[in-house]
Amino acid sequence: MLSGILAFIALASFFGLVLGLASVLFKVESSPVVDKIDALLPQTQCGQCSFAGCHPYAEAIAAGEAPINLCPPGGDNLIQSLADLLDVEVLQMDADEDANQGPTVAVIIEDTCIGCTLCIQACPVDAILGAAKQMHTVIESECTGCELCLAPCPVDCIEMIPVKQTVKNWRWPAPQYNANNQAAETIFTTLDHVLAENAKP
Amino acid sequence: MKQSIKKNQTQQSLADSIKAGLYKLWSFPGGIKLPGNKSQSNHQPITSAKTARQLVIPLNQHIGQAAEPVVQVGDKVLKGQVLGHAHGIISAPVHASGSGIVTAIEERPIPHPSGLSALCVVIDTDDYEQCVEYTPLIRENKVSEAQAGETRENSADEQSITALSNEQINSQIADAGIVGLGGALFPAAAKLHTAEKMHTDTLIINAAECEPYITCDDVLMRYRPEEVILGILLIKKVVGAKKCLIGIEDNKPEAYEALLSAISGYTHAHKTAQTEPQIEIIPVPARYPAGGEKQLIQVLTGKEVPSRGLPMDIGIICHNVATAAAVYQAVYRGEPLISRIVTITGGAVKVPQNMEVPIGTPIRDVLTQAGLNEEKIEKVIMGGPMMGFALPSIDIPVTKATNCLLISEKDELTTPPPAMPCIRCARCSDSCPMSLLPQQMYLYAKSRELDKLQEYNLFDCIECGCCSYACPSNIPLVQYYRYAKNEINNKTQERNKADLARKRHEFREERLEKAKLAKAEAARLRKEKLAKKKALDAEKAKQEEAKEASSDDKSDSTASEKSAANTTAANSADLIQEAIARAKIKKAQQQSQRKNTENLTEDQQNQIDEANERRSKNSQIE
Repeated sequence: MLSGILAFIALASFFGLVLGLASVLFKVESSPVVDKIDALLPQTQCGQCSFAGCHPYAEAIAAGEAPINLCPPGGDNLIQSLADLLDVEVLQMDADEDANQGPTVAVIIEDTCIGCTLCIQACPVDAILGAAKQMHTVIESECTGCELCLAPCPVDCIEMIPVKQTVKNWRWPAPQYNANNQAAETIFTTLDHVLAENAKP
Repeated sequence: MKQSIKKNQTQQSLADSIKAGLYKLWSFPGGIKLPGNKSQSNHQPITSAKTARQLVIPLNQHIGQAAEPVVQVGDKVLKGQVLGHAHGIISAPVHASGSGIVTAIEERPIPHPSGLSALCVVIDTDDYEQCVEYTPLIRENKVSEAQAGETRENSADEQSITALSNEQINSQIADAGIVGLGGALFPAAAKLHTAEKMHTDTLIINAAECEPYITCDDVLMRYRPEEVILGILLIKKVVGAKKCLIGIEDNKPEAYEALLSAISGYTHAHKTAQTEPQIEIIPVPARYPAGGEKQLIQVLTGKEVPSRGLPMDIGIICHNVATAAAVYQAVYRGEPLISRIVTITGGAVKVPQNMEVPIGTPIRDVLTQAGLNEEKIEKVIMGGPMMGFALPSIDIPVTKATNCLLISEKDELTTPPPAMPCIRCARCSDSCPMSLLPQQMYLYAKSRELDKLQEYNLFDCIECGCCSYACPSNIPLVQYYRYAKNEINNKTQERNKADLARKRHEFREERLEKAKLAKAEAARLRKEKLAKKKALDAEKAKQEEAKEASSDDKSDSTASEKSAANTTAANSADLIQEAIARAKIKKAQQQSQRKNTENLTEDQQNQIDEANERRSKNSQIE
């Protein structure tokens, strides 16, 4: 009887020690769910979700305080992948229909810029270069198109322009699957005339 | 065909013929037998196109970074002059293919399935055809002399090949702007440099040219076999390969013979030299896509290129015959890649032929020189019928990639049959040369399950079009794969961009936090300093007080103390009054200076009001 009790006390204290040590040694700094959600968000830091950035929004989603449909830059693809990750229902985007019209970048009209540095302070990703009373410019490759620099500009010299389509970023169109398929990849009329019919531009 | 091969083999030494007889061929899975349609265009010798009035030379005719233009509008350029320097590691320079004046450097439509424009140098040519002075590494021997077997001159050239250093040859190739002319357009110098470093032991020359209709490599081997062989020897030297195999489809017996006689002529001429060329020409069965890099390697060596890997991973490098000929031209003539052989064929062409066309010649010019009736043209396809694409217009220049122009006549094409549902007949998987599962990938591509597609090795697809051809339901399978590949690449790009944005955002937050802390710290320090100073002052005052008290009489001390206090109070009050007066004066001055905003017109006043309104709005938003 006594030996049994002692044995269990010994076991319990041993495991308690192991677990206690493990909780100190393998401590997880932040919630893994938040990181996973954050990894899916587009990181524009635009605040259209009414949170102060992508990470706060991820935290809110993880805590169940915000729905998954508040991110217009992420679009429907984001809602889908968030729904898959969190195993919740797919929701309709909570924004105007024309809110998201493809990627854009900010461009400063240099003739008008007065060098007030207000946009530099507003940019969440430090994509604007310049100094007081010097002309500012946007580093195009770093700009996320969040539009946060538009409001502070006192002379309205920042414009959002759509990203230009070039040969490098052009994508093949999705094939149409219908009865009048005009986009057949390869068709052969006769054996003598092997000719391809490709996607019409 | 077989007879001719045998006949040639008797010309070779006995050992060679045994070796050739014993040469084992492997096979690749899938593939399809296609009608060749090559005989229309491969009988005429190579004609050369006249230089067009205007040349439009794209700055990006290769994989990698576009060349950086070094000429300006209005510059006079000579034939062979550099228009753009290579920009980055994977890039190639671009040269003028005719002499004339640069009239524009602007975006022009280029041959691309999108029909989009890219930066091009436009040259209005003159009639002088002035060349820059070429600096060949080896003085060119007349090819005909080599064929006749002039031993002395040729051995000199053999020596000069071995005398050249790899760097010399490679930099000559890089300067000539040579890219893989088989279709991949990878800068040749970069490829050779990597191969040299990776200790590649086998060089495979792709002479298969498996796509129907195309014959540009075929005629090149028929009419300029010596150039091909010497080019191959140069490449072999740079790579340091021990053996070299030329894989040629067995439907090109004339080209095979021409190459054989060029090699035997070369060995005959170099009897004295210790080194043999060690080039083997191996006919492979004609089955599409035997000319695919990975397929040819598999047929010739039995080795498979690993999934998503490169031939270099298994010690093999693959080059096209046309690339070898270009290397020859660069080293023996110092000539950059400013022209290429283009097959012009198809139902609408009366005399199908191969033409050497300067890069940048508008396709319209090429077609008129080939004697085509423009009204009869229905569609122009660049490349072969299996992997080519329809050009949106014919006012597009010929580039280093243009191997074939396939022109269909009106009424030649029927409307494509409609795509029907997949019936899971598995003909596509039977025909796939990469052993993929096309029907499965098609379903996943249709439902946009991108992860699944990658599991099914979508990126191993070479887009050869066998599956689309085999499909009885006429499903445009390759289009689905291209689309899915684009989607996946796009997604990874977006992810990378998001990661970068996150990093920058986090860095900024950290910086702001640090700045805030630093500010707080500075404020604290200032306060401390002030407190210390105050304490010190107080102490000093006390000490003085004590001194005064000790030196003066008691009654005097109290009186003087009081008066001192009074005077300091009065002084400070005076000072304040003075400061206020100064500020008032300053303000008045400023106001008087501001008078330039008065006497404004109504328009100007309105503008100012508007601006003020905007500002107040903005501040509200903030």
